[in-house]
Amino acid sequence: MASNSDSVSDTQRTLYPYVTGTSVVALKYKDGILMAADMGGSYGSTLRYKSIDRLRPIGKHSLLGASGEISDFQEILRYLDELILYDNMWDDGNSLGPKEVHNYLTRVMYNRRNKFNPLWNALVLGGVKNGQKYLGMVNMIGINFEDNHVATGLGNHLTRPILRDEWHENLTFEEGVKLLEKCMRVLLYRDRSAVNKIQISKITEEGATLFPPYSLKTYWEFAAFKNPTVGAEGSW
Amino acid sequence: MDQKMDFNAPHSMGTTIIGVTYNGGVVLGADSRTSTGVYVANRASDKITKLTDNVYVCRSGSAADSQVVSDYVTYFLHQHTIQLGQPATVKVAANLVRLLSYNNKNFLETGLIVGGWDKYEGGQIYGVPLGGTIVQQPFAIGGSGSSYLYGFFDQAWKEGMTKEEAEDLVKKAVSLAIARDGASGGVVRTVIINSEGVTRNFYPGDQLPLWHEELEPHNSLLDILGAPEPMNI
Repeated sequence: MASNSDSVSDTQRTLYPYVTGTSVVALKYKDGILMAADMGGSYGSTLRYKSIDRLRPIGKHSLLGASGEISDFQEILRYLDELILYDNMWDDGNSLGPKEVHNYLTRVMYNRRNKFNPLWNALVLGGVKNGQKYLGMVNMIGINFEDNHVATGLGNHLTRPILRDEWHENLTFEEGVKLLEKCMRVLLYRDRSAVNKIQISKITEEGATLFPPYSLKTYWEFAAFKNPTVGAEGSW
Repeated sequence: MDQKMDFNAPHSMGTTIIGVTYNGGVVLGADSRTSTGVYVANRASDKITKLTDNVYVCRSGSAADSQVVSDYVTYFLHQHTIQLGQPATVKVAANLVRLLSYNNKNFLETGLIVGGWDKYEGGQIYGVPLGGTIVQQPFAIGGSGSSYLYGFFDQAWKEGMTKEEAEDLVKKAVSLAIARDGASGGVVRTVIINSEGVTRNFYPGDQLPLWHEELEPHNSLLDILGAPEPMNI
């Protein structure tokens, strides 16, 4: 069984993604982190899978959201499973917090990038431990940082501006959800890989909660939409 | 249009493959065309391959790649069954397929649908597309012909079908894909797997419904004309 990091025969190996997930958006709020993603798995331009879970709890203190190649995300979940298992096996009362998990992921992603065999993902890692909130991002080339709000993919361009304007310290849960929904709605309008089946999850000191998937209402009743060429007959 | 036939082009199964769960088991379906470039190398291939007594796989993409993956998985599952002492579960079979697909993603070009029945979870279908993602689904479609079936399944699929409804759906769907996909053709094969066992079925073109712009087949024009055959003594 060959592995896909055979350095003898392959001098170059940047792959291409097949089944991909689109943006993940996350923000810090009063009690912890709120994260949102849709459940789509695109196959090129086809919206092939519409029930892919892209938000997962990791250990007791973290939430992982992934965009990019789903098979690589599934492999990362297996690595993290092993990491958390070993952490639990120490049975020493300590448990890996979000900062540690983010650091582990960063090392994995950067080292794969250096071997020209990246895991084709952009990951969002958020969590709370001992009252400290943490929200970070790492992508396939190893770029990583933490911030009060993060997004991947098109979310960087479409939702970060909204978040920069409207995010503030100590958002309530309701305000946070409304803000995330505003972001997800914009992505639904403007990202062609978006699928109208959203998952929101939160993580607080108490633990992770994954809310059930649901669809967002969209607005199309602008007069200009109904009659786009009125006032400029002959245009389109 | 004088196309040189490249007999050494890689054999690819254009293909339409389908896997559907129903209340009690699964129905797998596929067309039977294997093409080498434009030539149909095999017009009656069997793309539904046995992995174990209770788990089968539908193969699409490169014929060679899908065959070698199936062979490896059959081999591993055989050993696994001996060591486990009871039939392998569908999940294990599907994950073995995933392991090979994922770890060799740079070399393989095959999309697979794993379907079967086990006593723990009943009937299950797992899609393993290019790249090695694994997705459990109530139904899965794959191969080049599947492009024509996304809309059809969005409309025609429903939860909790009977065995007959499920097989009819699969037959209809493969037949519709064959009608529009040049890389799919031949006969429709189905395999039904449930607690009672496995049933293989075979449906040649004349047993399938006719679609838009398709006509009833005849042996000869002469039959249609109704004229007496010439040279009657």
